[in-house]
Amino acid sequence: MGDRGVRRGIVAVLVAVLAAGCGGVGGDDGGAGGAVTLTMMGFGTGDEIARTRFDAANARIAPGTAVASEGSFDAQQFLSAVASGTPPDLVYMERRLLGTYAAKGALLPLRDCVARERIDVAQFRPAALAEATLRGELYGLPDFYNNRVLMINDAVVGEAGLATDDWDALAKRAEELTVTEAGKLSRIGFDPKIPEFLPMWARANGAELVSADGRTARLDDPRVAEALEFTAGLIRAQGGWAAFKSFRDTFDFFGARNQFASGQLGAFVMEDFYLNVLAENSPDTAVTVAPFRGRDGKPVDWITGNAWAIPKGGPHPEEACRWIATMTDSETWIAAARARAKVRADAGKPYAGTFTGNVRADEVIFRDVVQPSAAVRTVLETQETGFSLPAMAAGEEFKAAWQDAVNRVLDGRQSPAEALAQAQRQAQAALDEANRGS
Amino acid sequence: MARRETWAAYGFLSPWIVGFLVFLAGPMVASLVLSFTDYDVLTGAEFVGADNYRTLFGDPRVRTSLGNTLFYTALHVPLTMVVSLALALLLNRAGRRSAGFFRTVFYLPTVTPKVAVGVLFLLLFNGQSGLVNQVLGPIGPDWTADPAWIKPGLVLIGAWSLGSTVIIYLAALRDVPRDLHEAAQMDGASAWARFRAVTVPSISGALFFTLIINTISGLQTFDEVYTAFYGSANQQTYGSDAALFYVVYLFQQAFQFLHIGYASALAWLLFGIIMAVTLVQVRLSRRFVHYGGG
Repeated sequence: MGDRGVRRGIVAVLVAVLAAGCGGVGGDDGGAGGAVTLTMMGFGTGDEIARTRFDAANARIAPGTAVASEGSFDAQQFLSAVASGTPPDLVYMERRLLGTYAAKGALLPLRDCVARERIDVAQFRPAALAEATLRGELYGLPDFYNNRVLMINDAVVGEAGLATDDWDALAKRAEELTVTEAGKLSRIGFDPKIPEFLPMWARANGAELVSADGRTARLDDPRVAEALEFTAGLIRAQGGWAAFKSFRDTFDFFGARNQFASGQLGAFVMEDFYLNVLAENSPDTAVTVAPFRGRDGKPVDWITGNAWAIPKGGPHPEEACRWIATMTDSETWIAAARARAKVRADAGKPYAGTFTGNVRADEVIFRDVVQPSAAVRTVLETQETGFSLPAMAAGEEFKAAWQDAVNRVLDGRQSPAEALAQAQRQAQAALDEANRGS
Repeated sequence: MARRETWAAYGFLSPWIVGFLVFLAGPMVASLVLSFTDYDVLTGAEFVGADNYRTLFGDPRVRTSLGNTLFYTALHVPLTMVVSLALALLLNRAGRRSAGFFRTVFYLPTVTPKVAVGVLFLLLFNGQSGLVNQVLGPIGPDWTADPAWIKPGLVLIGAWSLGSTVIIYLAALRDVPRDLHEAAQMDGASAWARFRAVTVPSISGALFFTLIINTISGLQTFDEVYTAFYGSANQQTYGSDAALFYVVYLFQQAFQFLHIGYASALAWLLFGIIMAVTLVQVRLSRRFVHYGGG
């Protein structure tokens, strides 16, 4: 082969390499026997729960296979892929984000998928489905089900206990339990976890942040302002926001010297996953779990979680549908829980169970796989009352509006009513704009 | 021959030219076009004329973020320049071996990822247990939570990356003519007078260069602020307005709220501000920058 031939060969190889490199994130059909390869965003197989389910879903589309992305959902990456015409086959994201992408037509409605794969929608918890449903269309299959409950440090709070239904008593108790040494906080009595848990406090006071159809903001409801006034007041009475946050940031949150083990916290409202953290890192620390109760005495459980969705334009929607149907099916969850229980038992460690968005899976997991502790039983009872924020076409802007309002109150720059009135204007404008023409 | 050399020059320059056109000029033109549209990436762009620009001039968060960014830059630039110059003067007097060691020590933090610097800020400046407040004792403020102290804290952590400015000053100081210093010394000039009348004019080109570079980087501050106050799971709910920097707000508009057109308009406003500030600096530089041989 002469020089010319060599040059042509190099050019051909470069063109081939570039063409292959321009394939984007979309799947290919180059597997053995024309088997598909599904690409995804936002999901990692870092533990046995994820790995067991992932393997089961892969087996369902054999000889095809799915490739995990190993990283949380990245909006920038997703938008780039969609804009360049190479969306992934699957996307795993927080359910609260689904509404925004669905409203802009980036996700496939799952009606056909549900019918084709005969997915029993009744197996999913209604609150989780509501988070994934926009304008009557389902856009995602629910995954985990994160409950929020009251966690009480027994060594700090003692037999007198602490409850959230009587706000005056709660404020008094929080102040009693707070400890300051040499002008600095050394213990927080009760952490209301705002800004992030404001929807729960609003609900506890009988208010909703948004209408059931997700179109009308209700941030200027006086009951929301009252809830914010109360929770911000709790923080003011426990040293003020700056000291409170600085001290909270020093917690060894995921370690053995966590705030419960070291007596730095009396009680807080928290997601159920933290029970597993405590069981793992400080199993000897006595923690009581109680329902977070509204002022009417009834349990209030704000639930969140992730969902599986299929981007519009993804190259293999049918295989993607089959894959997520298997991934979220009750049998798959049960197999994953059994795998987790075995790994934990082999390591001589406790397993508190996995709270899924799947009612049937939970029934079996907490009957046959896990012997629920008192704490877990409380979560199980509470989650029957779980509520979620509805899917919204401008979910991120809505969330930013109320969170910024809480921050302005915590920073001392606005009163709760002023801050929420401003948030109401911002949120409603965003919702109106996003819902324009629909 | 000259023509051949010209083509050779273009040949060597071509990787940069292609890179500039594809990765800088192209996106800039696209951004300018998008700034006149309502565009969310997922659906087609809709031409809206100057609406985005009208909106941003009435947006209170633009004013807040711009005010924060200008405040930060106004403190960050002089602090970085003064401390860098002091360190460079010390290094210039040090022996060759120790100067090499300390030059490396000062430069190393510059290669630390900004994201790590953001996390470091939260650890070092924690009002309760941070190392900084352990030194300051009871007078130490809540740097990471008190709105009045968040920006000063960020300015101090910004000094983390002054190594490159130190290296530039050191190189400039090595070029200061020794005979001028000796002549001034023979005339009885004090150390301060020699520094003011000989050293500063001699390195004024380097001072001017770092003034521009640090001003631009100050106005574009993003990574460490975003990491500390908006990025991580623990922090993202506490986005204090004191930490709302301009590029953070631009990023939110683009990738959190999907307002790409509006974010493009924000980017062009920042471009205009940087251009204006730089032009003023260039104009003023004629009064204090001394060009050797001129």
